[in-house]
Amino acid sequence: MAQKDDAMADMTTPHITTKGLSRNFGGLIAVNAVDFEVPKGEIRAIIGPNGAGKSTFVGMLCGRIAPSSGEIMFAGQNITAMPAHRRIRQGMAYTFQITSIFARLTLKENVRLATSWRWNGDESAIEEATHAALEQVGLADRMHQIAGDLSYGHQRLLEIAMGISQHPELLILDEPTQGLADSEIASFVKLIRDLGGDMTILLIEHNMNVVMDTADKITVLNLGTELATGTPQDIRANKAVQTAYLGETHA
Amino acid sequence: MMMSDSKKSVVFHLGFLALLLLLQFILPAYHHGNLARIMVLATYAMGYNILFGYTGLLSLGHAMFFAAGMYGMGLTMTHLGWTAGPGMLAGLLAGVLVSAGIGFLALRTSGVSFMIVTLMFAQAGFLTILYFGEWTRGDEGFVIRQADRVFAGIDLSHPTYRYLAALLLFGICLMLTIRLMQSRFGHVLIAIRENEERTQMLGYDVHFHKWMAVIASGTMAAVAGAAYALLFGYAGATFASVQYSIFPLLWVLLGGAGTALGPFIGTLFMFYLIDLSSSLTTAYMLIAGVALVLLTLFLPQGLVGEWRRKMMPWLT
Amino acid sequence: MELAPYLILGCIEGLVTAAVLALMAVGLSLVFGVMRVVNVAHGEFFMLGAVLAWFVADQLGGHPAIAFLAALIIAPLLVGTLAMLADMTILKRISYDPERTIVATIGLLYIIQQLTLMTYGSNARPVEPPFNQRIAIPWFEWTDGGLSLYWPWGLGTTSYKLAVIGFAIILLLGIWVLMTRTRIGLIMRATQLDRDVAQAYGINVDRVYAMVFGLGAGLAALAAVLIVPIQQAHYLMGHDPLLLSFIVVIIGGLGSLVGTVIAAVMIGLSDGLISVFFTPTLAKIIATLMVTFVLIFRPSGLMGSK
Repeated sequence: MAQKDDAMADMTTPHITTKGLSRNFGGLIAVNAVDFEVPKGEIRAIIGPNGAGKSTFVGMLCGRIAPSSGEIMFAGQNITAMPAHRRIRQGMAYTFQITSIFARLTLKENVRLATSWRWNGDESAIEEATHAALEQVGLADRMHQIAGDLSYGHQRLLEIAMGISQHPELLILDEPTQGLADSEIASFVKLIRDLGGDMTILLIEHNMNVVMDTADKITVLNLGTELATGTPQDIRANKAVQTAYLGETHA
Repeated sequence: MMMSDSKKSVVFHLGFLALLLLLQFILPAYHHGNLARIMVLATYAMGYNILFGYTGLLSLGHAMFFAAGMYGMGLTMTHLGWTAGPGMLAGLLAGVLVSAGIGFLALRTSGVSFMIVTLMFAQAGFLTILYFGEWTRGDEGFVIRQADRVFAGIDLSHPTYRYLAALLLFGICLMLTIRLMQSRFGHVLIAIRENEERTQMLGYDVHFHKWMAVIASGTMAAVAGAAYALLFGYAGATFASVQYSIFPLLWVLLGGAGTALGPFIGTLFMFYLIDLSSSLTTAYMLIAGVALVLLTLFLPQGLVGEWRRKMMPWLT
Repeated sequence: MELAPYLILGCIEGLVTAAVLALMAVGLSLVFGVMRVVNVAHGEFFMLGAVLAWFVADQLGGHPAIAFLAALIIAPLLVGTLAMLADMTILKRISYDPERTIVATIGLLYIIQQLTLMTYGSNARPVEPPFNQRIAIPWFEWTDGGLSLYWPWGLGTTSYKLAVIGFAIILLLGIWVLMTRTRIGLIMRATQLDRDVAQAYGINVDRVYAMVFGLGAGLAALAAVLIVPIQQAHYLMGHDPLLLSFIVVIIGGLGSLVGTVIAAVMIGLSDGLISVFFTPTLAKIIATLMVTFVLIFRPSGLMGSK
């Protein structure tokens, strides 16, 4: 858990950093020596065309994929060798690109599994966190339904609720709006905006509207390397990025 | 009754145990003896269920854990002259050690490889028992004398005490299973079964939980094995063979994987099915074969599983 | 007394074991490679081949060569057909789910085994080989006239055993040609690589699976027909070969035919040689533990790709 005693230091040291992070699969270099830095509380979008290495990069951050070389620092700690489940305990939460929930359990049971370790067995705290998370994504009234019966869009929201219920310091969302209807996307944008502040959020997104509406800063990846990092305005104005990537609209 | 689901489940199972206690006084001798045997074997099946039904790991080598307990008890009593109490402890300890060791190695694999590795380890165990036939008497096995099967002055070979001892074993293990599966640890095991990757990415050390599940499962199987040797006075290599690895799978599937009582119902059903068919033909395993095929085709949830689904969703 | 002639004997015996084992293991490997399921009843298909061979030979009578030839054709065909039926009625119904398939094939194992016990009985019965000349094994020795051959007393093999080795080699080559050079083989390999894509290209995956399952069983049965003149047919004879073929397939690498053959030769030879020096039980323990550790530490085996 991050050291809250030195609040001043928190504001200046970046929350999550990578130095020279690389991953190759045999001959294919998926991520090529990426240096990356996000300060606490920022909402950072990671964009780039298919195959840019976004999911691989983020997979290395949360520990699902082991890096070939490089370093990852989280809240001042070197977590490069830390196994995924311990990173989650350190304050990360992750939603999968292809929704991964417990289809045969109820929504409530799903979220409880996500949050229960956090509250030291305090049953009322677990209940509260579960309810709150489901409320925030608008699924509280379906608490006792079986998760597999939900529409895909709702399942994605459930997964986000599971992430939120962990009260993480860093929330990593891998293409969260994929498969959502427009109204659902609008609520999602609102949700992200409400969450921001204390929580650092990393967002892999193809939907440029969502990116422009939510992100404080954007990192553009291409062919495994970082092409540019800047505010939405900077990125919009960036010729190189424009020609190659913003030309693709993704509804 | 506004009881929570978990309390309801506990009460139900305690009631079931009370029923079994009642039967001790009512049942005719033949069925009485059978039920004692069934309860011990059902304990073995319950152990298997922890790993297979609740955690979702299919082992094809559980006979090695059963045998570890059986020989742990049998050998210490026969060659070292230990009494029943320490003998049972030896069986339990053997179970812990074997399951921890094998589990550590086998869990480096998953899926089909896990099944094959457990099968192979069990086969190696079986062959080792044969190889050291000098001490284990191999296939033939050895008898534990009636005079030694005494605990705290009670003669366990006597039908009544044997039944009560079996019931005690079964009852303790049943309630332990329920306690385990209602705990946070149990919920994580179920989560691992349902979606392993998700469980990992929610902050749970999946590998550690699996290892613990193997140890719990193997130890319960070993305790059943030790009890079997003690209560029925015999230890033999057959109990370490592939057949005795297949049986708990069959019993659990038939009764209902992932239910607390499923293993018992499955064992009971299969026992009497084979009992009836062996009076008809020597090829009674044919019945087992047909049962397995039909089960996996039409009743994948098992008897108690289907019952729970339709009538008692709160059952553990 | 020289060691070498005994080693030659051990090698020949080992090669016979390897030949039969290779055929059986290739059958198992095919099924796993294409269908991704473990067929625990594979040993019973083997046994059934041997029993049917006895049955055919018994019914036909006459010259052993003709009876054997008939058995060689009929038994694998029957067993293959039975396997196809099992696939279509049972395995397809459970959608080839890995766990349910293991359970179903265990059930199938007992059904086949026990039905055989009920009809064929618990005795072991022999089948006459089509030909069986004794061939003495020669070795060299120094004499006054230089290097010359002599025949160590009591050391010999049979023409039939040598024929088994030769026949197996031809058959394995045939399978290799089938898989790599024919359209059917191409379809099988395509289905193995990606079932859904194969289906999208119009390949009837269900039929391919039935065929492969039948082919796998047929190979096991064929292997049994080859070995039955040497071994005798018994209702429990499927157990050991099943475990051995598992070992071969795993060490050779699941899904790799070449690896399977190499592993079969290795294990057959070592089995033949080890049996000369060690007790069978210890040899089996070593072999079993070996494969276990290969699976744990080198899961792709010698040449396989998981």
